[in-house]
Amino acid sequence: MGLVEANNLVIQFGGIRAVDDVSFNIDQGEIYTIIGPNGAGKTTIFNLISRIYDPAAGTITFDGQDITQEMPHRIAQLGIARTFQNIELFENATVLDNLLLGCHRHCRTQFWQEIVFLPVVRRQELEHREKVEEVIDFLGLQHYRDQFVRSLPYGVRKVVELARALATEPKLLMLDEPSSGLNVEETQDMAFWIRDIRQQLGITLLMVEHDMKLVADVSDRVLALNDGRVIAEGSPSSVQDNADVVKAYLGE
Amino acid sequence: MRFIFKTTYQQDIRMYRHGGDIFWYGLLMLALLVAPAVLDVYYIGELTLMAIFAIAGVGLMLLTGYTGQISLGHAAFFGVGAYTEAVLIEAGWPFLLSFPTAGLLAGAVGVAIGLPALRLTGLYLAIATLAFAFIVEEVLARWESVTHGYEGMPVGDISLLGMEIDMEWKLYYVAIAVLILVMLAAFNILRSPTGRALVAIRDSEPAAQSMGVNLAKYKTLAFAISAAFTGLAGALYAHKLLYISPDAFTIFMSIELLLMVVIGGLGSLHGVVFGAAFIILLPQAIAIFRDELPSMIAEQPGLEAAFFGLILVVVILFEPLGIYGRWLKVKHYFAVFPLYRKATFKRQKSYTRMTQH
Repeated sequence: MGLVEANNLVIQFGGIRAVDDVSFNIDQGEIYTIIGPNGAGKTTIFNLISRIYDPAAGTITFDGQDITQEMPHRIAQLGIARTFQNIELFENATVLDNLLLGCHRHCRTQFWQEIVFLPVVRRQELEHREKVEEVIDFLGLQHYRDQFVRSLPYGVRKVVELARALATEPKLLMLDEPSSGLNVEETQDMAFWIRDIRQQLGITLLMVEHDMKLVADVSDRVLALNDGRVIAEGSPSSVQDNADVVKAYLGE
Repeated sequence: MRFIFKTTYQQDIRMYRHGGDIFWYGLLMLALLVAPAVLDVYYIGELTLMAIFAIAGVGLMLLTGYTGQISLGHAAFFGVGAYTEAVLIEAGWPFLLSFPTAGLLAGAVGVAIGLPALRLTGLYLAIATLAFAFIVEEVLARWESVTHGYEGMPVGDISLLGMEIDMEWKLYYVAIAVLILVMLAAFNILRSPTGRALVAIRDSEPAAQSMGVNLAKYKTLAFAISAAFTGLAGALYAHKLLYISPDAFTIFMSIELLLMVVIGGLGSLHGVVFGAAFIILLPQAIAIFRDELPSMIAEQPGLEAAFFGLILVVVILFEPLGIYGRWLKVKHYFAVFPLYRKATFKRQKSYTRMTQH
């Protein structure tokens, strides 16, 4: 049984079927990538798993549990973290505060305890701080720890967003175009990190990515979409050579 | 310039950053403590008012400055707090019981407006809260069996642990004590997970949600805390005025409160105090300068309102961080003297804080 099972997902916006009868299965410990031309429905699938959208039909199972009806904020509690295509960070907070928010799903203190800052709150803060420092070490963000996100360059923000997702200690990490806007060197770093995240932290990854070199480099399996439909699935090289995929990207 | 070498994580959680903080806040406490012995009773009254407005300001700052939810209806919570206090004191409740009740009731009213406001943002939220404030004002005016309508009602003295709070300086101490407690509570909220969740909602709702923040819960909570703090301020205000009527809690007060947090500096607790001082002192300053102005201008009605508006526009245009932002810049100027560069703060935008809290 896979970690994520999507069965016959359908969603419609107006007359357009953005996702049309899509099924896939992500195994524990896998790096699974969704590719496809613009508007193929890749990010929509992310938003379906994040429960930002309600599917018109179909089900999503995570870790053996049907999450099709879950509340959006519960998704993080279950162990799914994500990044966004156009970086969604807390601009007017420090990198540290951004990462600490990643620990939100592990918070156990009650509001009344926090308002008087009981020792239990302090202990929890220190505990979370240590976790966050591990992530900072892992991604080499020491230098930016106390800086405000709004003052950081794009490449660093991208890493901070990845760090924040890791701070939730997820079982499944969803990366929406991790290499977009990065230069060659930064993309290489990202590829290393993606592999490390799987190997060292044992986190399953689901990616949407356009950079085919990165995709071929790190992915175990690739799902190709076009106009909301699955056109190919398999190893990176087999999908790249698939006639339908070539047609979707290059035309007849 | 001071460089802080951090050696433990505790240093990021502590209330003070270095010994200098303890010294200056200690000095401030001392000054507040001896003020009644030194200052004229009139100025003590003004300081009391400042403290009361600052308490409400802390509430509004949590909602607007930290959670990013605007409210044009905070006079309503102020009014609910004031009337609850007046009615309960009349019914013979002790202050230690009636005062928290006033806060709690205002907080409950805050939840009542917070729930329908969940789906609204920006201008729509402003209009919804404004409408709500009119409703509350109307209720205060019409529910004559309890509030005595426009006739108003007197407010009895506080009796605290067997002592009558019947002098200006006694109420001053009560107000300052409440302000300090409210500030501490706000600071604790801000340095714990709840505070981070509020800031997260302000900066990016989708990201906050994807990190597991329950938007509905935290927005409602923000409204509740904000309203409760404002209600406490209202209760003290009732004791300050000694006689309350619905026309003390109008749209003008809501705007005054909002001005206070914007001019003081959105997203900073210091800003609340600066803003409160500004709001209380500006009418005084206008009164003093009125004699100097040509009679054409000085005798115009609505001079104060016009000044408030003008200053708000100037602040938003030139100093989005408000008085607190200006304060930080002046401090920075001296800290790096003579190396200050003009472009240091060029990229600042509103809704920002340069240092925490």
